[in-house]
Amino acid sequence: QEHEVEKMFTLKPGRLPQADVKNIIFFVRPKLELMDIITDNVLREDRGRSPQRDFHILFVPRRSLLCEQWLKEQGVLGSFIHREQYSLDLIPFDGDLLSMESESAFKECYLESDQTSLYHAAKGLMTLQALYGTIPQIFGKGECARHVANMMIRMKREFPGSQNSIFPVFDTLLLLDRNVDLLTPLATQLTYEGLIDEIYGIQNTYVKLPPEKFAPKKQGEGGKDLPTEPKKLQLNSAEELYAEIRDKNFNAVGSVLSKKAKIISAAFEERHHAKTVGEIKQFVSQLPHMQAARSSLANHTSIAELIKDITTSEDFFDNLTVEQEFMSGIDTDKVNNYIEDCIAQKHPLIKILRLVCLQSVCNSGLKQKVLDHYKREILQTYGYEHVLTLNNLEKAGLLKPQTSGRNNYPTIRKTLRLWMDDVNEQNPNDISYVYSGYAPLSVRLAQLLARPGWRSIEEVLKMLPGPHFEERQQLPTGLQKKRQHGENRVTLVFFLGGVTYAEIAALRFLSQMEDGGTEYVIATTKLINGTSWIKSLMEKLEPAPF
Amino acid sequence: LCIQEDGTVLIYNLFCEFKRHFSMGNEVLQNHVLEAKVFHTEYGTGVAILTGAYRFSLTTNIDDLKLRRMPEVPGLQKPPSCWAVLSQDRVTIVLLAVGQDLYLLDNTSCSVVTPPGMSPSTGAYLQMAVSFNYRCLALFTDTGYIWMGLATLKEKLCEFNSSIRSPPKQMVWCMRPRSRQRAVVVAWDRQLMVAGNSTECIHGEHRFVLDEDSYLVPELDGVRILSRTSHEFLHEIPEASQEIFKIASMAPGALLLEAQKEYEKESQKADEYLREIKDQKLLPEAVSQCIEAAGYEHEPDTQKSLLRAASFGKCFIDKFPPESFVRMCQDLRVLNAIRDYQIGIPLTFTQYPPWDRHMTDTSSSPSRLVLRRLYPLAIRICEYLRLSEIQGVSRILAHWACYKVQQKDKSDEEVAHAINQKLGDTPGISYSEIAARAYDCGRTELAIKLLEYEPRSGEQVPLLLKMKRSKLALSKAIESGDTDLVYTVVLHLKNELNRGTFFMTLQNQPVALSLYRQFCKHQERETLKDLYNQDDNHQELGNFHVHSSYSEKRIEGRVGALQNALDEYYKAKNEFAAKATEDQIKLLRLQRHLQEDFDKPYLDLSLHDTVSNLILDGHHKRAEQLYREFKIPDKKYWWLKISALANRGDWEEMEKFSKSKKSPIGYLPFVEISVKHHNRYEAKKYAPRVTPEQRV
Repeated sequence: QEHEVEKMFTLKPGRLPQADVKNIIFFVRPKLELMDIITDNVLREDRGRSPQRDFHILFVPRRSLLCEQWLKEQGVLGSFIHREQYSLDLIPFDGDLLSMESESAFKECYLESDQTSLYHAAKGLMTLQALYGTIPQIFGKGECARHVANMMIRMKREFPGSQNSIFPVFDTLLLLDRNVDLLTPLATQLTYEGLIDEIYGIQNTYVKLPPEKFAPKKQGEGGKDLPTEPKKLQLNSAEELYAEIRDKNFNAVGSVLSKKAKIISAAFEERHHAKTVGEIKQFVSQLPHMQAARSSLANHTSIAELIKDITTSEDFFDNLTVEQEFMSGIDTDKVNNYIEDCIAQKHPLIKILRLVCLQSVCNSGLKQKVLDHYKREILQTYGYEHVLTLNNLEKAGLLKPQTSGRNNYPTIRKTLRLWMDDVNEQNPNDISYVYSGYAPLSVRLAQLLARPGWRSIEEVLKMLPGPHFEERQQLPTGLQKKRQHGENRVTLVFFLGGVTYAEIAALRFLSQMEDGGTEYVIATTKLINGTSWIKSLMEKLEPAPF
Repeated sequence: LCIQEDGTVLIYNLFCEFKRHFSMGNEVLQNHVLEAKVFHTEYGTGVAILTGAYRFSLTTNIDDLKLRRMPEVPGLQKPPSCWAVLSQDRVTIVLLAVGQDLYLLDNTSCSVVTPPGMSPSTGAYLQMAVSFNYRCLALFTDTGYIWMGLATLKEKLCEFNSSIRSPPKQMVWCMRPRSRQRAVVVAWDRQLMVAGNSTECIHGEHRFVLDEDSYLVPELDGVRILSRTSHEFLHEIPEASQEIFKIASMAPGALLLEAQKEYEKESQKADEYLREIKDQKLLPEAVSQCIEAAGYEHEPDTQKSLLRAASFGKCFIDKFPPESFVRMCQDLRVLNAIRDYQIGIPLTFTQYPPWDRHMTDTSSSPSRLVLRRLYPLAIRICEYLRLSEIQGVSRILAHWACYKVQQKDKSDEEVAHAINQKLGDTPGISYSEIAARAYDCGRTELAIKLLEYEPRSGEQVPLLLKMKRSKLALSKAIESGDTDLVYTVVLHLKNELNRGTFFMTLQNQPVALSLYRQFCKHQERETLKDLYNQDDNHQELGNFHVHSSYSEKRIEGRVGALQNALDEYYKAKNEFAAKATEDQIKLLRLQRHLQEDFDKPYLDLSLHDTVSNLILDGHHKRAEQLYREFKIPDKKYWWLKISALANRGDWEEMEKFSKSKKSPIGYLPFVEISVKHHNRYEAKKYAPRVTPEQRV
């Protein structure tokens, strides 16, 4: 509105909405499907109207010759007065979190060998380096990581003149392929934020919640007119209370909330003790802050109640038990009863796929017989059209027959200490608290890289897919850091193919560890959870009506 | 420029190397050139031609050739006595004199003009001169009278009677930008005369004797007088220099210079002079004057003494901004360097505009040096001026390289190597620009070699495509990781090659192939099939058919497509998929029957839902039949059946079913499902049969 923007519309085919404006700007990702929509929009524009509307197109994050060529072939390229790009690669989500918000990145990279998103990632990292200094050390694991690192080195060579003289903020960059750790996103996240995402789905830091719990509680008219619109809340660390509880195991959230409630009501009680005018004045000055805290507390108490209803359900418990059995290596080689029952009762397909994939990953692939059984069951129950989805999951390595005849997972689990029996959810001492027992493999790799280094786990690294590597970028002598004692190193961890909130929580936990010595900043192609991730891999086949 | 009789204009560079040529048109070709003038305006270099038919043709910019034929001058039977090109309000016009008449020719018309304040008795025009900036005009008549005025012919500035009646060889303006004094220099064979409006210096006429045949060149701030042995510069003395060097001048600058001289002689007079300036509070002005005057001096010794004076004076001022002094020292150093006889660019300070040199150096000395191929000096000057590498050195090296690729006597390897040796990874060098130049010279191989050094694929690829090295372009695009670039090349290849070769090329480039597949998936699904066919990828072909089966609107079409898929899955040895597809075909056929029999939609339900719907509708036999035919696992069938029965509320059938044989899922589900449907009564029936450990 500052720039006299009249209205914003989401892109959809057909005629453009009526609006009395002179200029129309399309903000789009450079994808051909979207170009078709725009073409449709432009072609249906009423030629006779006056004043004629002008069209402009802004590609995010990069102008694409392919798209322009396409628009040209459709005969509409000339309709655009400006064709520019808005180089928004990495979008800041929080103080320590950047995301490219590219939903299809994983699918494109691993199923379709389309590395466009990796190119954007490399570009984004170059921008980041231009702003925050060259990152002297690059570590990585996985094919995509290798590719991104190669492109970065190449891009640096393309602009040798731009030797930047900014003191580096980051000491290390760690590039991790999602397919190095396929397991973590499949498991149900058990941190507060992770659960909100698992259950309600967090979209661009906003969550939509069922409104019932948030109805204003007024006596006398309770329950009369409940709001029907979902309640929309923004979640980020700017909210003090949320910053404190977001990364905690959900089981530890309740006690924090009740403690807070006591503190706040005690604070409100203060007013009775306020005697002098000065004291009252001081109390009043704190009121806005206290009221904000109180409403924040009320919101989170409601959310926690909503979640608790679900986490205490039998089904949630059974599901979690099976997950944990798999992750700790119990009965991963047989057809699982619970899964079978779920299929028979036609539980949501994604839940089934998550479990089956989890089992497959925890067993380095399933025996052909077991795999075929699951697949058959799924097709029979949910329909033949999912044959392509299953095929995609196989291509991505989430679901596979055990080929080598050896199950590597137990070795990996033991060496990397992925399963911790004595987990402390209230006052965690290890990252495994985020999954109540399972320590996310990806974060373990980051942790071991910082101390004692990857050399100690060479064997395991070889078992994980893709190469691991280390690159150094020369810094001019003046910029080399002389570390003061006690100063933390800063590592940027870039998850290619997505990261979950639980993994972020685990990295934040490592940042806060007193003797950790490393602070982490997280970047990713997309914030994911098991459901959204599997969904992105599903083939959507809608039968044409007969 | 060299203009030939037939109107052909040849363009050479500074080294007399022929560049190109163009023609001034048919009219000139037929009537030949009688007289030609080359002129410079802000729009470039122009050429004006008077033809044998006394017509004018001109172009204002030889780099953007637009020929203009000027209208005829009525009654012109002999060549005009003199003429000139004027540039006014962005229009180029011709002024010509025939006897006592002046004509103005613009694009469309010819008009007679009379300069204001011109007495009729002054006689016929012999010579005319336009000033460097096209603002002033001077006319010389056969009575020796000189009229000076604005080129618009709207105002007379002054007039002058020279009493020399013979036609002058040359007449040019001599003036300085932003100066109000204007003067005209007229040259005869051995005589030079300066006439102007100044009250002090050139009041009346000033005549000089010329020892040799000389030629006058008007310039921005004066006139160059060239002869066989000498090169002199005649100009109005700038104010700063006048103030300082005028005899017995008491200007602050003059006093400061004096003071400094005395100071060097260790005389106390220095202090007196200095005090005199300081008393008038004119010291800053004195310093500025000395600095400015230094710029106008050509002798390094004089420059030095003036700068020394400035520096001396500076010491007595608290806060004199040092920039002007430093900049003048730098400028003079550069100017002296290029004025050296071995370089021979005697620019004046005014012609070397400092405001220009930091921004663009197209007109300033490094660029002039580059055009003269004096690369080392140019580089040293850039380094001395601390121009950033990208602005200075890189550009010069690039020029050098572009020159180098034109040396045809050296092999491609040698040239490429030499260029890389010198340029290395200097920032801001565009190897692709140099390569483009090499390609323009017809050295494609060299261009490719040079492109190897180009780190930016975005630059490499388009040129490679232009040179028809598409395959190389493809691998370069892939190396870059920029998928958009790869797409560009792939689509280019697609248009360039026939289908077979195109596919073969892609075969060798998996990255490009998968990108092209992506493209086809969205835009050309049929091509996708061909691609899979080519690599015998039966699995993908199967998937492809499954995919397309779902867009079939008729069941026969669907079954047909699935049949294709089935064949491909068999070929791919994917038995599971083959079996599943076979079952699906079977199911579809069955569903059609069911749909016909029961007049209810069954098509496209999953097996599970089909059976479940059958039970819901009470068709237990048909359900049983499907259960056997598709080998639905027992457990699943039981689950399915009891939930469907419960949904139907058919508790009787459920009880019957529970007794049909031993339940493979136990009896807890019976209890649970009854409870779920709020039927406690039914639940109780099954409770005893639940195993004790589940009973709780």
